[in-house]
Amino acid sequence: MKTFSYAKADDAETAVRDAHVSGAKYIAGGTNLLDLMKLQVETPEKLVDISRLPLGEIEEREDGGLTIGALVPNSDLAADPRVIAKYEVLSRALLAGASGQLRNKATTGGNLLQRTRCYYFYDTSTACNKREPGSGCSAIGGFNRVLAVLGTSEHCIATHPGDMPVAMRALDATIITLKADGDKRRIPIGDFYRLPGDTPQIETVLEAGELITHVELPAPPKGKQVYVKVRDRASYAFALVSIAGVVEVADGKIASAALAFGGLGPMPWRNPAVEAALVGQAPSDAVFAAAADALLADAKGYGSNDFKIPLARRVLIATLRDLTGE
Amino acid sequence: MHFTINGQSFEAEPDIRTSLLDLCREHLGLTGSKKGCDHGQCGACTMLVNGRRINSCLSLAVMHQDDEITTIEGLGTPEDLHPLQAAFVRHDGYQCGYCTPGQICSAVGMLDEVKKGWPSHVTGDLDAPTFDDGEIAERMSGNICRCAAYPNIVDAIREVAESNGDTKIAPRQPVEAGA
Repeated sequence: MKTFSYAKADDAETAVRDAHVSGAKYIAGGTNLLDLMKLQVETPEKLVDISRLPLGEIEEREDGGLTIGALVPNSDLAADPRVIAKYEVLSRALLAGASGQLRNKATTGGNLLQRTRCYYFYDTSTACNKREPGSGCSAIGGFNRVLAVLGTSEHCIATHPGDMPVAMRALDATIITLKADGDKRRIPIGDFYRLPGDTPQIETVLEAGELITHVELPAPPKGKQVYVKVRDRASYAFALVSIAGVVEVADGKIASAALAFGGLGPMPWRNPAVEAALVGQAPSDAVFAAAADALLADAKGYGSNDFKIPLARRVLIATLRDLTGE
Repeated sequence: MHFTINGQSFEAEPDIRTSLLDLCREHLGLTGSKKGCDHGQCGACTMLVNGRRINSCLSLAVMHQDDEITTIEGLGTPEDLHPLQAAFVRHDGYQCGYCTPGQICSAVGMLDEVKKGWPSHVTGDLDAPTFDDGEIAERMSGNICRCAAYPNIVDAIREVAESNGDTKIAPRQPVEAGA
């Protein structure tokens, strides 16, 4: 690990000022950042410790939604009775991720910024445009079994590894930030992540030193909620394909649908065409197949991850049967 | 820097990069906690921080100066074993023993999570978690045993959970729909 300077922030305003220098990073749970620092994939010159900021509460709002502090640990968010009762898809997604020890440390804000688990991103002896812009992509033409089939570019085929953000994408969460100049910003999660294009090292729209302070969930959606995760082990593994789904059936027809996907793309994936193929239709395998067609129309395999395309199709159809069944 | 570990005060000036695990092992002589992968994948380094189980290899010591830290040395002694330590001996819940301190610290934290009514990935009704061997396996999946003593580990944990009454989980207060 490269050495760094360390500053502990007592309030958010101090934190953003401390972090507004080149090479600074925030640290809270540290479960992803320290892992990457040990491998020198991440080499921050300064760590601003935000773990003691007063951002650890979950509060109900008058509009029926929840405001989640950025430092709420994954464990606490998953077990919160309000989350279980109204946003089961979020509890389920959190519980499907990592291990008990990691969920106790990992925070809501940090989890949104979790880095890819691409093998080549982790291996500093190989080329990786995300780790070292301009060096090339070893995953294309390499071993890419766990990598993306949607939203890739010729420069990067990394997947976003998270579960929680996939559920938040289906729930239309809004990310609240504090910028170095003291301004607050509200970023819909659909606008938060960036496609890799030719700058895969830039993963979100956050500016230098911008601090996630809260995540807002709107009032709970109507309908049944599920989180389905397909992975190589029954527990403690990243998703090959995951689906956060919220579907309401009324009078024999699909009244509303929100579907977000993990393991397929460089960000929690959501495509309005998938939902458009469902809404207004009576549930049937033909309708579900049309939704899968819409999801995978532009899917591109890279060899060892080709299997993800038929796998995603089958998991989506099975999930929709579950969501629309009795 | 000042640390409180197993109820004792310690002063140390480790390099800023030092993990909580290395602080204990290399600076304070507390070598019960083990370093397996050093990347949060194996759970051998599991400690309790303010009563919660964490991977001490993935945490900077400098960030824990205000915390109450418990390592395996703080749970029991050879003369006065913690109930989980005694159960691991009784059920032969190990072979080489390297993962055992982490398994036991993790199980202590896990049973406390169960007592609080926290659900898991395999819980059917999130409002009313039940406790069985499947729940133990899922909740302990962050602790790897390369000797694969898992059946005996599960036996040891189940026995302690049953003797504590931890398997009877109080139902949650329901939250009214639409409230």
